[in-house]
Amino acid sequence: MHLSTSIWVWIAAFFTLAIFSFLYKDNPFYRFAESVFVGSSAAFAFLNLWFFDVKPKLWDPIAKGNILYVIIPLILSILMLTRFIPKIKWLSRWAIAFTVGMGAGLGITGMIQGYLVPQLKGTFLPLWVPGNLATTVNNWLLVFGTIFTITYFYFSKPIKGKFGVAAKIGIIFIMVAFGASFGYTIMARVSLLIGRVYFLLHTWLGMV
Amino acid sequence: MYGLTIFMTLLAFRPSPVVNFKVVDNPNDGGGRILITWDYAPDADLSEVDHLELLRIDKPGEGAIVVTRLSTVARQFTDSGLKNGKPYRYFLRVWFKDGSYIDTPISPPVVPKAQWFHTKRIVGLVILVLYGTLLMIFLKKAKRGEELTIRPIAGLQAVDDAVGRSTEMGRPLLFVLGLGTISDLATLAGLAILKRVAMKAAEYETDIIVPCFDPVVMAAAQETVKQGYLEAGRPDLFNEKSVYFLTQDQFGYAAGVDGIIMRQKPGAIFLQGAFFAESLIIAETGHSVGAIQIAGTSSVTQLPFLIAATDYTLIGEEMYAASAYLSRDPNSLATIKAEDWMKVIFIVLILIAVAFETASAITGNKSLSIFPKLFEFN
Repeated sequence: MHLSTSIWVWIAAFFTLAIFSFLYKDNPFYRFAESVFVGSSAAFAFLNLWFFDVKPKLWDPIAKGNILYVIIPLILSILMLTRFIPKIKWLSRWAIAFTVGMGAGLGITGMIQGYLVPQLKGTFLPLWVPGNLATTVNNWLLVFGTIFTITYFYFSKPIKGKFGVAAKIGIIFIMVAFGASFGYTIMARVSLLIGRVYFLLHTWLGMV
Repeated sequence: MYGLTIFMTLLAFRPSPVVNFKVVDNPNDGGGRILITWDYAPDADLSEVDHLELLRIDKPGEGAIVVTRLSTVARQFTDSGLKNGKPYRYFLRVWFKDGSYIDTPISPPVVPKAQWFHTKRIVGLVILVLYGTLLMIFLKKAKRGEELTIRPIAGLQAVDDAVGRSTEMGRPLLFVLGLGTISDLATLAGLAILKRVAMKAAEYETDIIVPCFDPVVMAAAQETVKQGYLEAGRPDLFNEKSVYFLTQDQFGYAAGVDGIIMRQKPGAIFLQGAFFAESLIIAETGHSVGAIQIAGTSSVTQLPFLIAATDYTLIGEEMYAASAYLSRDPNSLATIKAEDWMKVIFIVLILIAVAFETASAITGNKSLSIFPKLFEFN
């Protein structure tokens, strides 16, 4: 056993154990670690925002005299800051409305280009592949799994009768997919836990 | 040296293995790129070729510059970083292993330019126009006063019960909007549900806590909660400080929300928005304090965790339908109706395309496989 002599390893080990102590119950160690984590991450986010967004994209162009280049973002930023002045607070809604509208508009084209069309294309499969039974079965599952799943998300009809049967098959497909995703993600989480335990046992305590 | 090279070139005279050398403006782009394509003669012995060099002449009368060195595997190259509107000419130099080379004829000048339309994305435009038309039809119907109904969504029906239960227990409500920004559709849907929850909280005089990950989302959430209290007729109960910024670090946010859950012990927790790896941490903590939890997200990787750890989960589009269902707003209902019709169209399209693909696979007639080409999207 070779205990680490680095102060930073000891601090990291303390915070790791303090966070893990939450598994038992809320306690002063967890609260301390939580406060430090939330506070330092908020400060880090602020600096990140300043050095990677506000300074290079707004402040520097203004300092170089290119104010026209950033006039619209500048106005929107000022409008957002009016939230601190109760009398003209309502002006901040314009900046929010602009961001929401832009996000929704970009989201629609992004969804069509990135998800909808590629997924539709991925479903255009033959239901009979000569000489390849495994691909044939796979294609049946993909095509009808997609159709039944879409049926579940049809909101104009209640889930009853024949339509209900199709929608219920759809939810089975959804749950099978979620089950697979659950297992896959749990594996990733376990590897994260192993990484943390390895840090405690190897880097800190020097036991393994 | 040069004499020797000329001698070697003349000695090793042979036909160029490169045929169909074509230079065109790269289609469907924002300009600045030229596409160069070529083939190899069927009788060419490529084992004699060492490598290829693509050369470009920027100005007539000037020397050619080497753009890139290629192997005989290459059949095309896209030259980028060019100036729009300026003519460029190219030729390909084939280097043989014996040190000799052959040049293809110099191409005619080609000018790179930006295109207004990406012709391979017409199908996206058609979908948008179709959806827009359906939306207009249903909006018109809604304005005429026709009743547009959608089926009840289980998780949403539980909203009122959850708020009522929380009130009876004398505990606050916790609404978590996730890690999305205001541009995320899941966050927008979460805000619509937040308004309804805020209205109910105002009616029942229950406190609502909304810790936010994003400052702009926080501003929007403050407005939403305020509007909810206003519409419930209790603006006096609205406390702006109950909607606050926590941190923009994923696990810092999770730790903060966990702390709020453990100390405030909310009676009902709403997890509505875009979630990532923190979803299970928050949902498990919520479960440990006995809160009724209603989740909703379109993050496919997190849905399994929310389904496992919460009482009700709005899956993907159910969340988007939520605002229409809750508000009963004819405009929102028209949107859902138009989407439903689009789903019917997509199912019919899939069935037709699958029939064509099956016929193509059985008969071996590739010309029947038209739909995948139609939906080629790059």
